[in-house]
Amino acid sequence: MSKKIGDVILDVKNISLSFGGVKALTDISFNVREHEVRAIIGPNGAGKSSMLNCINGVYKPQQGSITFRGKTFGHMDSHQVAVMGIGRTFQNLALFKGMSVIDNIMTGRNLKIKSNLLMQALRIGPAQREEEFHREKVEHIIDFLEIQAFRKTPVGQLPYGLQKRVDLGRALAMEPQVLLLDEPMAGMNVEEKQDMCRFVLDVNQEFGTTVVLIEHDMGVVMDISDRVVVLDYGKKIGDGTPDEVRNNEEVISAYLGTSH
Amino acid sequence: MAFFLETLFGGLMAGMLYSLVALGFVLIYKASGVFNFAQGAMVLFAALAMARFSEWVPLYTGITDPIAANLIAFAGAGVVMFVVAWVIESVVLRHLVNQEGTTLLMATLGIAYFLEGLGQTLFGSDIYKIDIGMPKDPVMILESAFEGGILINKEDFYAALIAAALVVLLSIFFQKTSTGRALRAVADDHQAAQSIGIPLNRIWVIVWCVAGVVALVAGMIWGSKLGVQFSLTTIALRALPVVILGGLTSVPGAIVGGLIIGVGEKLSEVFLGPYVGGGIEIWFAYVLALGFLLIRPQGLFGEKIIDRV
Repeated sequence: MSKKIGDVILDVKNISLSFGGVKALTDISFNVREHEVRAIIGPNGAGKSSMLNCINGVYKPQQGSITFRGKTFGHMDSHQVAVMGIGRTFQNLALFKGMSVIDNIMTGRNLKIKSNLLMQALRIGPAQREEEFHREKVEHIIDFLEIQAFRKTPVGQLPYGLQKRVDLGRALAMEPQVLLLDEPMAGMNVEEKQDMCRFVLDVNQEFGTTVVLIEHDMGVVMDISDRVVVLDYGKKIGDGTPDEVRNNEEVISAYLGTSH
Repeated sequence: MAFFLETLFGGLMAGMLYSLVALGFVLIYKASGVFNFAQGAMVLFAALAMARFSEWVPLYTGITDPIAANLIAFAGAGVVMFVVAWVIESVVLRHLVNQEGTTLLMATLGIAYFLEGLGQTLFGSDIYKIDIGMPKDPVMILESAFEGGILINKEDFYAALIAAALVVLLSIFFQKTSTGRALRAVADDHQAAQSIGIPLNRIWVIVWCVAGVVALVAGMIWGSKLGVQFSLTTIALRALPVVILGGLTSVPGAIVGGLIIGVGEKLSEVFLGPYVGGGIEIWFAYVLALGFLLIRPQGLFGEKIIDRV
């Protein structure tokens, strides 16, 4: 299976973000091409999550701009981001714990539901058909993520690895063009990591979804990504294919430390 | 036995109304983490609007049919509550997002006093009556089972029916509609809800509107029973033990808690009262709530708070 990598879909230019006196990001620029898997890596505290939160509109950078599909923004608005087709998952699970797996993933379809409140409450024809249509989409995602057995289980009761899948499922339900994954493999055992890698690659190849992912597990990243950005102390120290990055002096010293 | 059942029913009816007020607290707390001290003031405000509109409608529009006039008054009061909800959210709370809980509590305390004042300025400060045509005469039931039967107030019975209908409507809204799903989502996790494009501000306005409607129904029933007067605002204080008992985050908790407190008050007053000289009804709920705070601080149905240290 070969995929075609397209034009630049997301272009981050000269982003700087600080919290009071702490500089989280300094002058970061990189781009993401359509259909590629783009990784952002770096040691703890490098600013990876801050970067994702800027793209997602949770943080508002003081400088720089973000261009998404030809539109340039000084900062993103988190509601608008979802409407434009950028979905995300969370490093520390942020699921709706009291709700079932189906309901959690259904919330991802919320933006797409058009029928009004009264029609939904009364279950009038079109509203009912629409609900069924979205339910079917959600069932596809549940099959895809292999969590059929847990569809009615409240998410809070599922083991961690499965909760991560539900988190991914909810983002997929939005049918995003760009999917931001914040440490999708964090805290997983080897088997769970392999599963998650498979899902990410499948999403990328089958649906053509562009994936931007954060990881600090170098091994995983090098295997699945097309291009990698490396951050350290809020600065970009490397950018390129996994092989280029692996041989980059600065990257090696950031990860392994240097001998002086 | 008949007397016991009679007291029990009386307690359940009173409890239903506590449940309604408590429901207002729970809805807002769940969705936005704000403990809304102004819920009692909202009940007063809604009841005042309802009472005055039902007076004004026949006066100014010439509609004298009591049912039509009451419906128009109810709709009008509903619109007023929507406006109140929208103003509270967009003028006060939107600007206090992510502030400390105490800040938000103080803000709602301010809103409470403001609403009390505004309500009386707009609608007057006399005692008004709401007459929604509820039958006032008591009926006897189960006469075959007990000697003399059980005396039930018809009005209480209809009030309980209205309250139950409201609870059913709310649960359909929460469980079966996409907006309800979005509301539950926001209640569970703000950030995640935002990431899938659920607009927080709009959801919060909706929650306050729903709480406003709940306040209106509660105010209407209380007003029809006891008249609309300033003391209505203190029913918020009566509902506090209910939310402690039932759990601040649980809708079923608010309902069950209300019923327990209503029944507990009446039964303790009737059966324990004589031994301590009466007056138990006034403090019973608070003592029960205190006991609960010691044994089960999250309430009957509330989420257990586990903090990682």
